[in-house]
Amino acid sequence: MEYTTLILLLPFLGFILLGLLGTRLRPGVAGAIGTIVTGVVAILCYWTAFEYFGAGRDASGVYPVMIPWNTVWLPFGGSLHIDLGIMLDPISVMMLIVISTVSLMVHIYSFGYMKGERGFQRYYSFLSLFTMSMLGLVLATNIFQMYIFWELVGVSSYLLIGFYYTRKEAVAASKKAFIVTRFADLGFLIGILIYGFYTGSFSFTPDAPLMGTAKMLLPVALGLMFIGGAGKSAMFPLHIWLPDAMEGPTPVSALIHAATMVVAGVYLVARMFPLFIGYAPEVLHITAYVGAFTALYAAVVACVQSDIKRVLAFSTISQIGFMIVALGVCTSSDPHEGGLGYMASMFHLFTHAMFKALLFLGAGCIIHAVHSNEMSAMGGLRKYMPVTHITFLVACLSIAGIWPLSGFFSKDEILAACFNFSPWMGWVMTAIAGLTAFYMFRLYYCIFWGKENTELHTEHRPHEAPLSMTLPLVFLAAVTLVAGWIPFGEFVSSNGQAYHIHIDWTVAGTSLCVAALGIAIATWMYLREDRTVADGLADRFSGLHKAAYHRFYIDEIYQFITHKIIFACISTPIAWFDRHIVDGFMNLLAIVTNKVSWAIRQMQSGYIQRYSIWFLGGALGLAIILLLV
Amino acid sequence: MNILSLFPAIPVLMMLGLWLSRNLKQIHAVMVTGASALLALAIALVFMYLGARADGQAAAMQFTDSHIWYKPLNIHYAVGVDGISTAMLLLSAVIVFTGTFASWKMTDGAKEFFMWFCLLSVGVFGFFISLDLFTMFMFYEVALIPMYLLIGVWGTGRKEYSAMKLTLMLMGGSALILIGILGIYFGSGATTMNILEIAALHNIPLEMQRIWFPIVFIGFGVLGALFPFHTWSPDGHASAPTAVSMLHAGVLMKLGGYGCFRIAMFLLPDAAQELSWIFIILTTISVVYGAFSACVQTDLKYINAYSSVSHCGLVLFAILMMNTTAATGAVLQMLSHGLMTALFFALIGMIYGRTHTRDIRELSGLMRIMPFLSVCYVIAGLANLGLPGLSGFVAEMTIFNGAFMENDTFHRTVTVIACTSIVITAVYILRLIGKILYGTCTNPEHLKLTDATWDERLAVSVLIVAVAGLGLFPLWMSDMISESVLPVISHILN
Amino acid sequence: MVQMEYYLIVSTVMMFVGIYGFLTRRNLLAMLISVELILNSVDINFVVFNRFLFPGQLEGFFFSLFAIGISAAETAVAIAIIINIYRNMKNIQVRNLDKMKW
Repeated sequence: MEYTTLILLLPFLGFILLGLLGTRLRPGVAGAIGTIVTGVVAILCYWTAFEYFGAGRDASGVYPVMIPWNTVWLPFGGSLHIDLGIMLDPISVMMLIVISTVSLMVHIYSFGYMKGERGFQRYYSFLSLFTMSMLGLVLATNIFQMYIFWELVGVSSYLLIGFYYTRKEAVAASKKAFIVTRFADLGFLIGILIYGFYTGSFSFTPDAPLMGTAKMLLPVALGLMFIGGAGKSAMFPLHIWLPDAMEGPTPVSALIHAATMVVAGVYLVARMFPLFIGYAPEVLHITAYVGAFTALYAAVVACVQSDIKRVLAFSTISQIGFMIVALGVCTSSDPHEGGLGYMASMFHLFTHAMFKALLFLGAGCIIHAVHSNEMSAMGGLRKYMPVTHITFLVACLSIAGIWPLSGFFSKDEILAACFNFSPWMGWVMTAIAGLTAFYMFRLYYCIFWGKENTELHTEHRPHEAPLSMTLPLVFLAAVTLVAGWIPFGEFVSSNGQAYHIHIDWTVAGTSLCVAALGIAIATWMYLREDRTVADGLADRFSGLHKAAYHRFYIDEIYQFITHKIIFACISTPIAWFDRHIVDGFMNLLAIVTNKVSWAIRQMQSGYIQRYSIWFLGGALGLAIILLLV
Repeated sequence: MNILSLFPAIPVLMMLGLWLSRNLKQIHAVMVTGASALLALAIALVFMYLGARADGQAAAMQFTDSHIWYKPLNIHYAVGVDGISTAMLLLSAVIVFTGTFASWKMTDGAKEFFMWFCLLSVGVFGFFISLDLFTMFMFYEVALIPMYLLIGVWGTGRKEYSAMKLTLMLMGGSALILIGILGIYFGSGATTMNILEIAALHNIPLEMQRIWFPIVFIGFGVLGALFPFHTWSPDGHASAPTAVSMLHAGVLMKLGGYGCFRIAMFLLPDAAQELSWIFIILTTISVVYGAFSACVQTDLKYINAYSSVSHCGLVLFAILMMNTTAATGAVLQMLSHGLMTALFFALIGMIYGRTHTRDIRELSGLMRIMPFLSVCYVIAGLANLGLPGLSGFVAEMTIFNGAFMENDTFHRTVTVIACTSIVITAVYILRLIGKILYGTCTNPEHLKLTDATWDERLAVSVLIVAVAGLGLFPLWMSDMISESVLPVISHILN
Repeated sequence: MVQMEYYLIVSTVMMFVGIYGFLTRRNLLAMLISVELILNSVDINFVVFNRFLFPGQLEGFFFSLFAIGISAAETAVAIAIIINIYRNMKNIQVRNLDKMKW
């Protein structure tokens, strides 16, 4: 299957070509090149998946790991070296499908959305760069290759968030995104260093069972790697960059900040899952608690945001929390014995990618129509944009977990896994699922129902998006409708064996009831034109409402740390110290030398009589010394 | 004639040609011919060196040659290269080549400027090919002196002050080196100043090594921007003209790291092992301190100078780890930093040439006005913060991996501290890019400015291709270096 | 007969008067005169020592003649310099003559 190298090579060449030619290409041509390249890559990915799963299981009942291509890129001496290669296994193939599908949809969608934007060519070249990096990340044969592409997706995200680089907010957001994830990557890097040193290789599975120090330090290494994953996947308290990242173009948010890059952390944990289970189950459970807290936090915040993209961003954070929880609650690698969460997590990753991309693209259509992100500019849009309305509703139902949409199936598996772990965790996650239903329908009603902003809408009449934008919506909605019926456990499971998904109707029933309750409350509060209930609640709990609206002031804390502590208390004093103490010491040396030479120079007065006194005195002195000696 | 002798000979011929040339056109012709010849020669040398290795030439130094020129002290003109010096020669040739194009618009006293510039490159090339302590020192001095005039005459800002400071501090360093060299020569009782022969004798008593090692290391460390002897660097770089900044930060600072490795550690191995911890602490401070200082600077060149302190600190940090991986990383970092920082200084020079300010508070929105330069600036910034696919990543990762191989608490701690620099680097680079390139241009004067001309595009493109080449295909370079680092390290560790 | 010591006392007095004058006078001409006093005291010494210690020999006399000749020439040069200084600076006070230091 050597052709899989093309999956990486083609987008890279696309990036180089578009980047070098830049504005010399007409925008349409550049977009076409990018889209065709991505289309070819998508076909290759589907073909790879078809061939890989078509080849069937090996004798031990698992899909074999295939490495069609691998080469040493940079040796570090000893047994350590960074390899570049391509590794196919069930989760990487699954990710190939997710990435290439969403990427292709976004490429097509952007034709309409970005039409007439300055820097259209640049946009497509960055999209190609991102696609290449993300595919490289999931295809990595070793942890260091993953880190390489991890950094590359980070930078593509930086470039794309800062696409509108003349806007101050976009620049600040891109900077924030990069630096926060970089900070987290520091943990990742140190984790890799520990891992590499003690296991003697960077591969995902050590060659021999670990003993002694290696075994002792592996949990530390895995924990540090999870910090890196938490940074990319926006886990609390490293989530602060993701809401700001919504400054980027909306299709970018759909691709990077909803469907693919932000799940890299989940993918990382899944990739290291055998090690987590084997050597560090307690670290895995810590990730579950982090994930659960993040899910709760983000869901609460999402309930009160007024910017539709921010609501979606917090919803993304919350959903990624679900995936992390699902991985974290695993207690063994057997899907029948506490390993269910692995499959559930990957399943949710898959379905979430589709419906969240759909939500973002839908939001893009809405923003395209009303030229604002704020809910106040919307309301009653259902009659203007029927396609967007229906597809958005499908996605909302799916994320709320309503049968028979895809979200129901994957969320049900997650909840089942949580109940297996502890009832406490199960109930918390069920409650968050209810909250999810509530805030998604709040969003839905505020956009498509409720009071219309007639003033704005008569001035500029909202309209349905062009075909290039609605086509991806329809496609993704179709996927969302049917994806739940995919026998996902047949392809992906924690130990690779086939697993038959069976719905636990007590769990499913509970979650359905809770979701329905959430929807009902949202309907009651937001369907009507007057929102007395919602406003009344906001007034009654104004402190909580305000805190949640300001995202519990986490950003301000960060602001304080970076500006007041790092800049004001570390950098400025160091710079001062350098200029005045270190450099001052050097200048002092020079000044002292100058002063001494000045003092010596004063003896050369130029007065001949003073010289003769010195001369006589000297002669006398010498004479006396000679006489005495 | 030995092929290596061509490296200092070509710049001498260039000086002759410059002396004879009558107008700017002829000056440019001489410079371009000479610089291209040097670049071609360096590339040819790389292939010849790899070829010789492939043929099974196992000697540490290739293309050796030796002529005595001062009998009483047994001073030879002894030359030879291994993988490290070959890499350094290639770097120097690239930077001389691009520096020529970066100073294309130099018109006031162009002839004299380029003559001093050539003299500087004589020193640089001579230093890297020399195997004789004294000859090496002589070339080192030849490289230092022209700096004074180049900065003092063609510089900007407080140029006299900076030139004086830079020269005096580096001279102080070279005084230490001279003492150290004499100490090594007389201490070893050798009848030659050849580095390899002194190393082979290996009979400098430990008590003497303890004295000479810090002296030589600090002597070269001054040029390698070792904390707290780095303060010449911000002022010096800020005042120097573009090409001189490029050559100085790109190549001359590498003389420091190279000297520390080749002379201080190679010839005084026992003391190096014993005293390395002091210098590891100093270099760790350099790495973090430089990065933090760069965060609050407002002058483009100061930011880059402090960033150089941080990155060159990493070079010294890595060689002190005393294992092959880290030392390979150090050489890669020298290459990578040389290319990156030359790129930065070239771009800063070009921006300064147009806007006449380097204050980041006065610059904004340059991306719209000069897209080519801005995009290149972003690439340089990304290389600086260690983006995979560009050279910085390769070097830093090799260093961190190598440093992590030292399995004790002290080394681990300093490695983790040094690692944090990658985050701080990201902070100041992105702050800078966000401030000057992005946003909207607020100064109406700047709206009229033009993008890069062909000579600038050429200089910048060559450097970017080199940075990306090293970053995308590091294997051959890393192999060439590590194979030469190995004997040095094993000699140090016995 | 006059004792040698009396001559020596005279010449010593002349010598120190000359030195005192050289160190304290502010006028170049006065300083020149003081220098002449010193030289003359030395001349006296030469003659006296020759006369009393080495009678019959003439080296002392010749030396003092030689010294007189030299001092005449020196005075001429010194006066020429002083005149030039006066032309340039309009006075010959020593305290103003520090232009040539360093």
